[in-house]
Amino acid sequence: MRSYAVQRALLAVVQLAVLSVLVFALTSLLPGDAADLRFTETLTPSQVAALRVELGLDQPPASRFVHWLGNVLTGDLGTSLISGGPVADIVRGSIGTTLVLTLATLAVVVPLAVALGIVMGTRENGRVDRAITSVTVALSAIPDFVIAVLLVAVFALKLGWLPATWVGGNLLSSPALLILPVAVLLGRTVCLLSRQVRAGTVAALRAEYVTQARRLGVPRRQLLLRHVLPNAAVPGVQELARTGDTLLGGVLVVEAIFAIPGFATALVDGVETRDVPVVQGLTLVLAVAALLINLAADLVCNRLVPRSELLR
Amino acid sequence: MLRVSEALRRRGFLGMAGAAGLAAIAGCGTATAEPKQGGRLRAVYAGGGAKEVLDPHVQSLFVDIARHKAIYEKLVELGPDLKPVPRLAAKWDHDGTATTWRFTLRDAKFHDGARLVPDDVLYSLSRIADPAAPDRVAQSSLGTLDLKRSKAIGPSTVELVLTEPNAEFPALLAGIGTQIVRNGFKDPSKPVGTGAFRYVSFEAGRSMVASRYDDYWDGPARIEELHLLSADSDARANAVQGGQAEYANDMTATFARTAEGGKTVRIVAAKASTMQAFVMKVDQAPFDNPDVRLAFKLLADRQRLVDVVLAGRGEVGNDLFGKGYQYYPADLPARERDVDRAKVLLAKAGLAGKEVEIFTADASAGFVAAATLFAEQVAEAGVRLKVSTGSPQTYAKDLLTKGAIGNHRSGAMPIPQYVTDRLLSHSPFNVTHWRRPAFDAAFAAARAVTDEAERSRRYGVLQKTLRDEGGILAWGLPDYLVAVSAKVQGVQAVPPNTLDQGRFDKVWLA
Repeated sequence: MRSYAVQRALLAVVQLAVLSVLVFALTSLLPGDAADLRFTETLTPSQVAALRVELGLDQPPASRFVHWLGNVLTGDLGTSLISGGPVADIVRGSIGTTLVLTLATLAVVVPLAVALGIVMGTRENGRVDRAITSVTVALSAIPDFVIAVLLVAVFALKLGWLPATWVGGNLLSSPALLILPVAVLLGRTVCLLSRQVRAGTVAALRAEYVTQARRLGVPRRQLLLRHVLPNAAVPGVQELARTGDTLLGGVLVVEAIFAIPGFATALVDGVETRDVPVVQGLTLVLAVAALLINLAADLVCNRLVPRSELLR
Repeated sequence: MLRVSEALRRRGFLGMAGAAGLAAIAGCGTATAEPKQGGRLRAVYAGGGAKEVLDPHVQSLFVDIARHKAIYEKLVELGPDLKPVPRLAAKWDHDGTATTWRFTLRDAKFHDGARLVPDDVLYSLSRIADPAAPDRVAQSSLGTLDLKRSKAIGPSTVELVLTEPNAEFPALLAGIGTQIVRNGFKDPSKPVGTGAFRYVSFEAGRSMVASRYDDYWDGPARIEELHLLSADSDARANAVQGGQAEYANDMTATFARTAEGGKTVRIVAAKASTMQAFVMKVDQAPFDNPDVRLAFKLLADRQRLVDVVLAGRGEVGNDLFGKGYQYYPADLPARERDVDRAKVLLAKAGLAGKEVEIFTADASAGFVAAATLFAEQVAEAGVRLKVSTGSPQTYAKDLLTKGAIGNHRSGAMPIPQYVTDRLLSHSPFNVTHWRRPAFDAAFAAARAVTDEAERSRRYGVLQKTLRDEGGILAWGLPDYLVAVSAKVQGVQAVPPNTLDQGRFDKVWLA
């Protein structure tokens, strides 16, 4: 297993290198640069030209990239072209918020999806199974922004129970800020995950060893927890790792709607202002996170059901 | 980044849907009682993310301007008609040629207790002019200031010398990024001004908190604490309706229509105070032909553009900037639509049946809609206007180099400043490529005239030339819309960039 982890780590480094070149190249392809975008009604063309020199944007792209790479290798993510502050601060600030949002969502999603999945799986094709399936599939089919509009209109603007946006809010003083965004993010992830847990449960219940255990008179509760759940969880954990991008897409919409100053907001701002170091820094951190999550998912599955290693 | 643009487009839809739920909201009635003391006011502006700055000489966004207005002040501000009014300078006069100016400073105190002196003014102006800092926004507008010859005259008078006469100099001191800072001010993250609010904290793209400054020379504010928040249009709408903010700047006409049905939010509209236009490049085919420019001006169905693009929140324009402002020639007849005459002019120019490309982008609300609607109106005269859409972020720059006709909008500023920035041969933002040495000379001469009536007359003549021969097709004058919670009192309906816009030291919470 150690050699497997080493292999994965090496692959990850190669992936990161390719990704950082790609992100740099793609952001360079966008029309205009950070100095151009300062060209509004307030700065004259000659001031913009001077700014371009000051920001180092007059240097050829290759040398800017090498310079950036050199900094990253020494642990320095560089300086924002827009704010002039360290990119690391922007990354830390925005990722922190998104992490809170994501963890809060997972804290609700995981138990809910596992419970629903097992309930459905143990009542395969029964009335309860079909009812839960209909509701979760229907919910996941509604776009995030529609759910968000409805929730805001009802719970924030009409009833006034919850804050409508994060504008002016502070998570520490009003945790209620999390409720609506998390509710929006729940929709699709719960559906996807519970489907997987359901499938795993059904498969496990049909498996030879469960039949055998049943024959031996293992109590139902113990059977489910000890023998069915670990096997049912495997597709769930893999799905969880895979739905990272689904969740990220949702986070993007949710951050936009609720004006949450998180990762997606920072990335959109970075792209819109051609702040290449910020875009690079955010993507790099995101890529590392994705790689780690996938690695962790594989290791967890391995631990849950060691024999699945044979399948690789 | 498909996802991002998708999310952003969806937000446009959200605003309308979110606002639709508003009509059902109940709330308390409006009370016009006498001013009350205390409380916290949260005002939300269009955000600029990491672009937002604390440095008063670098600002360019409304949210920056509002922030710096709370903490700092200028020597001069602009009144509702964009005419200079005294602020830190109590009064001013010049040597008779408008070249050497003397400003008498008010008895104002900085937040650290120091009294305002001429050296603060001279230091502030030299900081703006610093050639090593290209991001200082007032650098070019104050370019004719001769700092070497400017000096303090006594404890509260400062003499500013120009390299050429300019009767509009006080208005230039009221421009963007001209705040007075303390002598020796180096660190923008520790703001010390003379304004009505003291700095407490700032986080770019999110918020600034400031508290009332009790020794403010113009009388302390009524509110205790001011929060200036940043959010996009839909979040602003939700915030002011949901009670997360009491004041929301720059709202859409769609929002105003739905908000006015409810009771929690009131719309304060500064009538016809900005400009929406199409700009034709006078040195490029087909608009290098004056007949074609006039034909296009005659083809615009202005009322329909205002009704559709501005949702009726505005007035029709008369191909000139600055209606209602000082020096605007109000006696010029309104331009009427005349398709038949336009057809004759277009036929004469050989343009009938031809195609012209209009360059636009989703850079400002209504740009693409206006271009599309105008294309239909032009088609009635047999000319095809092909709408070509570019990148919103680079539109300001692209407009100078791409396409022969495009969209243009302008906020409020004094008319001479508009001309200086956009209509002289060397203007940095000359979007119509209007370059006429005779016009430049006549404008420079008019600007040096010290008699206001005569100066106004000369500006009027120049503006008539622009209206008849220039490339600006100003079809609409949008209202500037602010939404306030029903309990906020004392908000003035004045154009953006003027003294009483966003004056939080004068508002109170009922």
